[in-house]
Amino acid sequence: MTEAATPLPAAALRPAPSDLSIRVRRGAEAFAIPAMAIAVSAALFSLFLLALGKSPAQFYQLIWLGGFGTAFSWSNTLLRAAPLMLTALAVAIPARLGLTMIGGEGALVLGGFAAAAVAIPMIGVANAWVMHAVMLLVAVAIGAVWIGIAGGLRHYRGVNETISTLLLSYIAIAIMNFFVEGALRDPADPNKPSTKAMSGELMVGKIPGLDVHWGLAFAVAACGLLYALMFRTSFGFAAKIAGGNARAALAQGLPVGKLIVVASMIAGGCAGIAGYFEVAAVHGKANASLATGYGFTGILVAFLARHHPLAIIPVAILFGGIAAAGGIIQRRMGLPDATVLLLQGLTFVVLLASETLYGRLRLFNPRVSAERT
Amino acid sequence: MDASTALFTVLIAMLGGAIRVTTPFLFVTLGEMLTERSGRINLGLEGTLVLGAMTAYAFSFQTGSPWIGVIAAGCFGFLMGALHATICRLPGVNDIAVGIALMLFGTGLAFFFGKPYIQPTAPRLPSIPLGDWTGNAQVAQALQINPLFLIGVALAFFLAWALKNTRMGLILRVTGDSEAAARALGHPVMLIRLLATAVGGFFAGVGGAFLSLYYPGSWNEGLSSGQGLMAVALVIFARWDPIRCLTAAMLFGAAGALGPALQSIGITQGYYFFNAAPYILTLFLMIGSAGSKKALRDAPGELSLTR
Repeated sequence: MTEAATPLPAAALRPAPSDLSIRVRRGAEAFAIPAMAIAVSAALFSLFLLALGKSPAQFYQLIWLGGFGTAFSWSNTLLRAAPLMLTALAVAIPARLGLTMIGGEGALVLGGFAAAAVAIPMIGVANAWVMHAVMLLVAVAIGAVWIGIAGGLRHYRGVNETISTLLLSYIAIAIMNFFVEGALRDPADPNKPSTKAMSGELMVGKIPGLDVHWGLAFAVAACGLLYALMFRTSFGFAAKIAGGNARAALAQGLPVGKLIVVASMIAGGCAGIAGYFEVAAVHGKANASLATGYGFTGILVAFLARHHPLAIIPVAILFGGIAAAGGIIQRRMGLPDATVLLLQGLTFVVLLASETLYGRLRLFNPRVSAERT
Repeated sequence: MDASTALFTVLIAMLGGAIRVTTPFLFVTLGEMLTERSGRINLGLEGTLVLGAMTAYAFSFQTGSPWIGVIAAGCFGFLMGALHATICRLPGVNDIAVGIALMLFGTGLAFFFGKPYIQPTAPRLPSIPLGDWTGNAQVAQALQINPLFLIGVALAFFLAWALKNTRMGLILRVTGDSEAAARALGHPVMLIRLLATAVGGFFAGVGGAFLSLYYPGSWNEGLSSGQGLMAVALVIFARWDPIRCLTAAMLFGAAGALGPALQSIGITQGYYFFNAAPYILTLFLMIGSAGSKKALRDAPGELSLTR
């Protein structure tokens, strides 16, 4: 700060950088600061492991091995990355409108449960294609309505969307438990309360050439489509204006309420797709294993990707890999299964602290010092 | 069992349950109220609550004294609050997002270090039998009051008095209502917010200690189910007033006790629905209080929640 306060004539006399160079610098900044945050949290976590008497080198080696080292670990990683991409989109799209919506977990659980519930009368009766189409539609619709409620409450009643989406997540999980332990419980499954399972051949298959189900393709496509929607259409532009200044957007005649509700419905729909694939391609039924925290890790992925739909893809793969390595870390190093959760929490805290650096690093903002004098 | 005894059983069980369930809500709500009065929201109290529950249990197990556990939980809550305030004082950082991060971080810390304490039994907090004179076993059981509940009630009244009548209370309110005014008066805004958030975290930690050391009275990973989050909503409903925080927490205690109370007379149907009751109630309270003029009038001016 003191540096910025002293006049820097050399910087002030420098010609203004061109638009392109500003865009490149901004892009580099948006990449470098989160990358730095990841590096700092990795370093802090190493210190933490050293304090516990564990080897950080072994820890990161195991993450590499368990997440990215072999073809098998890659398929494990991508299996987890697919729902993470979709739940991250559920955070990122409303964030473009300035909303902090973190209800992905609930929309995933409720969407997945609804898909499993409509499938019950159709298992073995209806055509498999029809069944899956109905399941997917229902999951998307339920997810969209669920988060859409929070969007509507936000705009029309002024209810804080962060708290309402989290509450809706708790309610969603309770609704699923209510049915799975009661009316829709499959008596044939004595171990864990679940809905009726679909047999393996009825479930969604794998992408040819990859050991990963089609949900990954849907997730990547969703990232691409929503990038186009948010960055290349007038809807996305209107959303950006509404996110920047809602009052100015209203003065321009933009339908801010509609934008908010539509964006939250898109968010819920994405999480609903994730729920559908968890049921239709991974578990084959709905039970408590739907609520394993993809929605919460998705929040971190979205923030790390700076709510950019395309940046979500690599970040989701990174965190999918860390999650995939959780098991091997637990076995080889004797660390508890919450290790991954702790690493995620630490990364999140460091990342948010790093937000303060935007616009303040001379490397990316050459004109800052000149403007302040 | 005829209808009137059944009703009596349910009401008594609800009273007892309400007193038990109220305590963690009360502490977290008071903590959040204090933080928000300084102009910041700490959404991370859910994480603080879980971390408090774990540290209280661990310290109680290691030292043999549950009260050391309560103090330890408070101290860790204090540190979490201080961390929140320290990050939030950096320019350009959003306090709601930091709260979400600390929710994950606190839960992660608690689960990581709490693994070895899931099995062993730690000494629990004692209770004061206030209902023995009635000679009715059910009533006596319902009135087994935990000292933390009484401390919480006293704390609510003390905070109400202190906010209104002390210099510290006035400074806190000025900071929360107008940062510019506080600066003009020469008050260290960031330090005041740091203290308010850290002390709020202390209270939330103590609330967590109640969960693991009294009711339900053991440490496991499913111990807290959103109490810390609901407290944030309760503060809005209570319009930032300590006494109304107490009433709101009691209302929540009663709602949370409904499910187990009905179970005690054999109505198990809809158990999962009653589990969801507190969340649904919170949501409706938020819908009801968010748009109200009274809430807007009473809200601290610097709070980003109501802007």
